[in-house]
Amino acid sequence: MAPITFTVNGKRESVNVAPDTPLLWVLRDTLGLTGTKFGCGIAQCGACTVHLDGVATRTCVLPVAAVASKRVTTIEGLSQNRSHAVQRAWIEDDVPQCGYCQSGQIMAAAALLATHPHPTDADIDTAMTNICRCGTYQRIRAAIHRAAKEA
Amino acid sequence: MAPRTDVTRREFLESAAVAGAGLVVGFHLPASGRLPGVAAAEPLAPNAWLRIYPDERVLVIVDRSEMGQGVTTSLPMLLAEELEADWSKIKIEFAPVDKAYNNPLFGMQGTGGSTSVRAAWTPLRKAGATARELLVAAAAATWRVDKATCQAERGAVVHSATKRRLTYGKLVAKAATLPVPENAPLKEPKDWKILGRRVKRLDTPPKVDGSAEFGIDVKVPGLLVAVIARSPVVGGKVVKFDATKAQAVPGVRHVTQISSGVAVVADGYWPAKRGRDALEITWDDGPNAALTSADISQLLNQRADQPGAVARHDGDPDAALAAAASKVDATYELPFLAHATMEPMNCTASVRADGVDIWAPTQFQTGAQGFGAKIGAVPPEKVKVHTTYLGGGFGRRFELDFIQEALETSKAVGVPVKVVWSREDDIQHDQYRPACVHRLRAGVDAGGQPVAWTHRIAAPSIMARVFPGMVKEGLDSEATEGGVGMPYAVANVHVDYLLTDTGIPVGFWRSVNNTFNGFVVESFIDELAAAAKQDPYEFRRKLLAKAPRHLGVLELAATKAGWGMPLPAGRSRGIAVFKSFESYVAEVAEVSLGADGAPRVHRVVCAVDCGQVANPDIVEAQMGGAIVYGLTAALWGAITIDKGRVEQSNFHNYRMLRMAEMPVVEVHIVPSSEAPGGCGEPGTPPIAPAVCNAIFAATGKRIRKLPIGNVT
Repeated sequence: MAPITFTVNGKRESVNVAPDTPLLWVLRDTLGLTGTKFGCGIAQCGACTVHLDGVATRTCVLPVAAVASKRVTTIEGLSQNRSHAVQRAWIEDDVPQCGYCQSGQIMAAAALLATHPHPTDADIDTAMTNICRCGTYQRIRAAIHRAAKEA
Repeated sequence: MAPRTDVTRREFLESAAVAGAGLVVGFHLPASGRLPGVAAAEPLAPNAWLRIYPDERVLVIVDRSEMGQGVTTSLPMLLAEELEADWSKIKIEFAPVDKAYNNPLFGMQGTGGSTSVRAAWTPLRKAGATARELLVAAAAATWRVDKATCQAERGAVVHSATKRRLTYGKLVAKAATLPVPENAPLKEPKDWKILGRRVKRLDTPPKVDGSAEFGIDVKVPGLLVAVIARSPVVGGKVVKFDATKAQAVPGVRHVTQISSGVAVVADGYWPAKRGRDALEITWDDGPNAALTSADISQLLNQRADQPGAVARHDGDPDAALAAAASKVDATYELPFLAHATMEPMNCTASVRADGVDIWAPTQFQTGAQGFGAKIGAVPPEKVKVHTTYLGGGFGRRFELDFIQEALETSKAVGVPVKVVWSREDDIQHDQYRPACVHRLRAGVDAGGQPVAWTHRIAAPSIMARVFPGMVKEGLDSEATEGGVGMPYAVANVHVDYLLTDTGIPVGFWRSVNNTFNGFVVESFIDELAAAAKQDPYEFRRKLLAKAPRHLGVLELAATKAGWGMPLPAGRSRGIAVFKSFESYVAEVAEVSLGADGAPRVHRVVCAVDCGQVANPDIVEAQMGGAIVYGLTAALWGAITIDKGRVEQSNFHNYRMLRMAEMPVVEVHIVPSSEAPGGCGEPGTPPIAPAVCNAIFAATGKRIRKLPIGNVT
């Protein structure tokens, strides 16, 4: 098994795992980056969202072989000290309840703002399809607007 | 303060403990009184919940599980208010398992029943006040002044006459030498500086950078990960299995049978899951092999034709019905529902000869300890329960199935094991919200006013599975909660219950039996209003004239929603009011129907009277969350059975509400000096009837079977 090499949060990583292993489990079990969550395993819920070359990507069905030589950013690498505008807005609006889906929500929101610095509600509806079982959607929407304003 | 629900819950928990289900608890930390041997460099520990360090840190030990409902903030607020603490110095830690941390409403250490704040309301404030008085005494002794001339404020004691000030950290050593005062006075609400305010949650920062540790994130040296193959038919058993192919998957270390199935233990989740996929198992499908949802529906309907165990009987309903000017009859039917917490079930256990460690996102630490002692064959005091953050609870994590699996697997393979469930495991091996059938009949007089109300509930009993001692002569009084509590002024009332085992296990699901009884009561009263050709809000108002707290939230919600005011074309309103967990909630839903008949909920106005409020921002968040939880179920939620198997498996066929479907939710809190009520669950029951009543207002079609689906 040849090692698969890619960049995670600015650091080069080489992993020796079955190439069909989803990136999610490489991040969590091999690299110990547990901020990215497992929710469904079929790319329905978005708890496993990271940035792959800057694009929000669900990793529970993404074979690690597909990210060879690519650039992965996880919630742990989004900013230093929770300083990303989305993280600051999330704190200001006290968005999380249980918090389990929020890494994925934040990564999806950060990717949205990167392409749509001032998203409309319709943009948010389209981009933010992650599931939150605690029902924090209203605060997520408010926090995205706040982050857009304060970025 | 203990409401009926909680008395019965405490009784059953105590009866379960007496019954010796292995649920014996271990050593005992004093709930009051200083721990012996506190040296100067150590924290002041005046009670089980508080440690004050010389460096000014104030550690609050949180003895309820944080599953999103905000206990890591609201419980420290109770203590910090009376302590006169500097809120910026508050740190939190989850409690170990210990009797000192029992939920006073349960008699065991557990989180549920929307009890956390109301159970802690007095003990945690007293704990804070006691520590405050101790620190004041320490300062007075240091300065040699009368303690009545000293005052605690924001993490320090001040002597205003001489402008001297000592922070709590500097008083730790002195305080440790003094007796803990008794009967420390509690502050008046008007003097509160922390309680009642929108204090920011302490658990938000770790939840925005990935550092919050959930059960599934636990790391332990030498840890292996297990995925379990369980019978696809509910109640089936392993006959035999062939592990050859599973063991050939790289990374698989062990394959072992446990009581719930066959565990594949590997270096990580992915190889464990691949190993499970390769397992060859012969199952005995057991008695449910041919069971279908149609069978269950038929059974419940048949049962509902028979008289049941009487839960409430006022006046003479038979005579009143016979004499009534007209009658209204309705049958309602609700499905099984899965919890679908975002974090799938998981637990890490290390079973060793010298003791057991359990790391779990659990709502029930005492139960976890009991299983640890039983399976590990060690005394309870050798079992440590490390509670992590819970990625949602909703009652699912009061169960111990996932903890038992981790314990059995670790014991079998001799190393620490984390059992992780897939989403399919989670949806298909739940303890479901009971499916049920309700028959209602009302007699109304010539003016349309109800003179008789009968409500028959045919439903499986959660208690019969969990604590059978709580079922008395066929009556599970929890199963009728909310039906028995029907608040409308009707002289003749009969509520009865038919305990019906369907073969499908049932469990506590956010607001529990109130979910179905609330839907039924608030739909049927709407039917009576329609039959009387009266406005459903005004109809309720008249019948709630002697139920002031119901009336208060009903009127507030209606006013804020603009009840009776024109709506955009195609929209209609529905209203519902319901009491559960000692809180009163009314909701008005604004609904439209798409061309395909799919309901769209645009706005929900919620009024809540939950007595005194610890943190209004958290109350608002809980109401909003409870509405989403109930609305998701009302629109689409159904677990169905075919050949004994759960037909749904993941979010593609067990649909969740998402951002684009989210209504605007407005929450209004009734100012109150009443004792605190629960907040996690009471927002759920009213939403389904509010939405269905709105659909009726628009279409004249009465929804008597959930989920709503498309209205055609």
